[in-house]
Amino acid sequence: MAKTPTAKTPEFVRTEEAPLLPPPATEAGITGWLWHNIFESMADFHSPLAAVRSLFMILFSLILVYVFGTQIYGLLDFAIFSAVFSDPDGVKRQACWTVQQGGSLPDGWHAACWPFVVAKQKFALFGPFPSEELWRVYLALFAGAAGLAWVMIERLPFRRQAGLLMLTVYPLATFILLTGGNIEVAMTQIAIWFVFGLALISIGRLGNAGRLGTVLNEFAGSFAGAGWLVVAFSTVAAIAAFDFNLEPVDTGDWGGLLITLVVAVTGIVASLPLGIILALGRRSDMPVISVLCTIFIEFWRGVPLITVLFMASVMLPLFLPAGVNFDNLLRALIGVMLFSAAYMAEVVRGGLQAIDKGQYEGADAVGLSYWQKMRLIILPQALTHVIPGIVNTFIGLFKDTTLVSIVGIFDLLGAGQSAIADAAWSTPVQAITMYLYVGIIFFVFCFGMSRYSIYMENKLSKSRRH
Amino acid sequence: MSNSSLTSLIYDARLRGYVFQFLILALIVFGVWSLVDNTVTNLAERGKTVGFGFLTANAGFQISDTLGTWAMDYSVGESTYLDVYFIGIINTFLVAILGIVGATFLGFTIGIMRLSRNFIIRSFATVYIELLRNLPLLLQLFFWYFAVLRALPSKREKIDIIPDFISVNITGLYLPAPVVESGFIYSVIALGVALVMTFIMKRWAEKRQLETGQRFPVFWAACGVLLLLPLAIFAMTGSPLEWTFPEFKTDGPMLRRGFQSGTGMVLVPEMMAVWLALTLYTAAFIAEIVRAGILAINKGQTEASYSIGLKPGLTLRLVIIPQALRVIIPPLTSQYLNLTKNSSLAVAIAYPELVSVFAGTALNQVGKEIEMIFMMMMVYLTFSLATAAFMNWFNARVKLIER
Repeated sequence: MAKTPTAKTPEFVRTEEAPLLPPPATEAGITGWLWHNIFESMADFHSPLAAVRSLFMILFSLILVYVFGTQIYGLLDFAIFSAVFSDPDGVKRQACWTVQQGGSLPDGWHAACWPFVVAKQKFALFGPFPSEELWRVYLALFAGAAGLAWVMIERLPFRRQAGLLMLTVYPLATFILLTGGNIEVAMTQIAIWFVFGLALISIGRLGNAGRLGTVLNEFAGSFAGAGWLVVAFSTVAAIAAFDFNLEPVDTGDWGGLLITLVVAVTGIVASLPLGIILALGRRSDMPVISVLCTIFIEFWRGVPLITVLFMASVMLPLFLPAGVNFDNLLRALIGVMLFSAAYMAEVVRGGLQAIDKGQYEGADAVGLSYWQKMRLIILPQALTHVIPGIVNTFIGLFKDTTLVSIVGIFDLLGAGQSAIADAAWSTPVQAITMYLYVGIIFFVFCFGMSRYSIYMENKLSKSRRH
Repeated sequence: MSNSSLTSLIYDARLRGYVFQFLILALIVFGVWSLVDNTVTNLAERGKTVGFGFLTANAGFQISDTLGTWAMDYSVGESTYLDVYFIGIINTFLVAILGIVGATFLGFTIGIMRLSRNFIIRSFATVYIELLRNLPLLLQLFFWYFAVLRALPSKREKIDIIPDFISVNITGLYLPAPVVESGFIYSVIALGVALVMTFIMKRWAEKRQLETGQRFPVFWAACGVLLLLPLAIFAMTGSPLEWTFPEFKTDGPMLRRGFQSGTGMVLVPEMMAVWLALTLYTAAFIAEIVRAGILAINKGQTEASYSIGLKPGLTLRLVIIPQALRVIIPPLTSQYLNLTKNSSLAVAIAYPELVSVFAGTALNQVGKEIEMIFMMMMVYLTFSLATAAFMNWFNARVKLIER
């Protein structure tokens, strides 16, 4: 009996399901990762050219591993394994001397001398700030850190209000805490300005109510705005002039990380509004405004910060009327502010250019005035867009604050540099230990900020994707 | 009726603009005038005058031996403050140019390494970039100068990098120095002629390729012309270039041991520190620019050029690099500008560049703040504006013409 061909399944057709195999070793797990990321690039020997390339890769990788390994080990050895951590006998520099130099460490020893940094820590962080008043610095720093964290963590409520407080109340409070407040301004003068501001506001209100005729009516908004500004300024001045019974601390007694933070934060906070105005001015339709803003921006961007600081410390006293004198720090702050405002203006301008033209036209079409258009439609979008750029400018400014040490203000690096000159701690490793310490602090700040900037960039590009 | 015309005037946007601009201009003029007025009063009070007469006065201070002092033939008490100004400019640009060359090579290497598929190479580049970018330049400068270069052997000892050719100790890096003899100028002229010939050849080759489709090996021909022509002239005029080597004495009186002054060429440690710091720091930024530029090129570009039959080398040369450069060059130029401006940090370790020597030492001696700071800023401003002009020209040239 002949079988029908269909009755028998051919040999090559599978009858049971194939077992699920694990992925090949070159594709998954640690081996897969190693293959793709390290060995694949050096395993091709199919042609002479490929072989040469693979050999080169092997050699290059080995060299890099060697350099990397020795450097990291060297750093760890310098900073931790061989380092001197304590100076129990209080012998200062002798704690970090080798036998040859008159100490007790083995010859050829070369590692960090941490007792030196510990002894100089207060000076490096706060300069000659009076020790019994340090709680004021701690309070200001703690409040700043807490406020910043509040604004940056997205799950917390009232972030907008917290940000507003950070930009208004916090700088004033910090100013009073750090200097002691009680600035010399006559209260009567402040009171006169306050009343003047109130009068301007009243004119604005009357104008809005239509009591002052068409002409004044049109400018009511400007009057009210100017009035609020004057009132705000005189209030700030009144608070700053109030005697809180704090010991006054001269800015000459500030130093170290405190100066670095003060210069960087003041620079960035003050440069933001100035930069926005300059950026709007540069894009303005009015030729005079746009030319003036462009000249201003390009001038400050065209010269190095050092020359700006030189100018601020040498030429500023010549520009001021007789009798007005700024202290050293304020001069440097003015220089830093103008300098960073120019950079900030370019960042903001980038944001303004990135906004779709339709947004401008839409705002015009619903009849908003120029300032309403900018305040309500354009700037919120433009500024969100350039948050990473602003953070990057801030990182640059934070690093650039080190330059104030050249005009005689002791920031973190300057304080470290003058600590190195202390003969009581004179050792061959003195300088490098201090640079390591200062470098770690700068790195933590700058690296942290750059991570935040990258995080914001990713978040923004995600939210822009439709 | 008059009321309504007044209202219409107020609502006239153009008129408002004019008034506003006039007010701002008036404010600025008033501000500048009051600044000038204050300055004049202050200067008069201090018994100072304004003028550039000090430039011809003799400068009585020592400047360490650098290219600037060599080029201006500086001698204390004989050279003028104008010479000092030029010494500053020359030294600034010397370190800037060296830094630009170094940072470009290193930056492109690190940037390409950062894109490698090899984890070791990639992570090395990442660590380099993150470390160097997040530390202040001034700290790096101090590190190289005070911590590293101060650890070199003393004046009476040396470390040989290439024995008898290149060696280093705490007083600097010693190299052989070229001594130009008469007749060398012909070789320089030959090089100029070769450059012109290369340029003409490139034009001709492009034209021929457009007309006939035939390619001409411009690169190799140019190399040949640029090398062979000057070398031939050099040999024909009797090799008019000698080298003097740094002389190092290990015997004789103790105080005379070490490198002898006037032999070979010395790079002072200040300059090496500035150059190292600027190169390493800027390279980290350039690496990021290069990486972004290469990543900006769509993968489809590579695939498309493979599909029309271009080999990988040609793809890179004709398709990828020209497009990547369009993205890379504008930020790269601004990094070059930053590097030049950052060279002013050398004032902190007293390398005799413009800020240090002119706005520092000379300003302390002469006390002409306004004139000297103005002159110093003009140098940087001119350079910045020239670079900006070049950038505009370049951007207009390479702009994608969208049809």
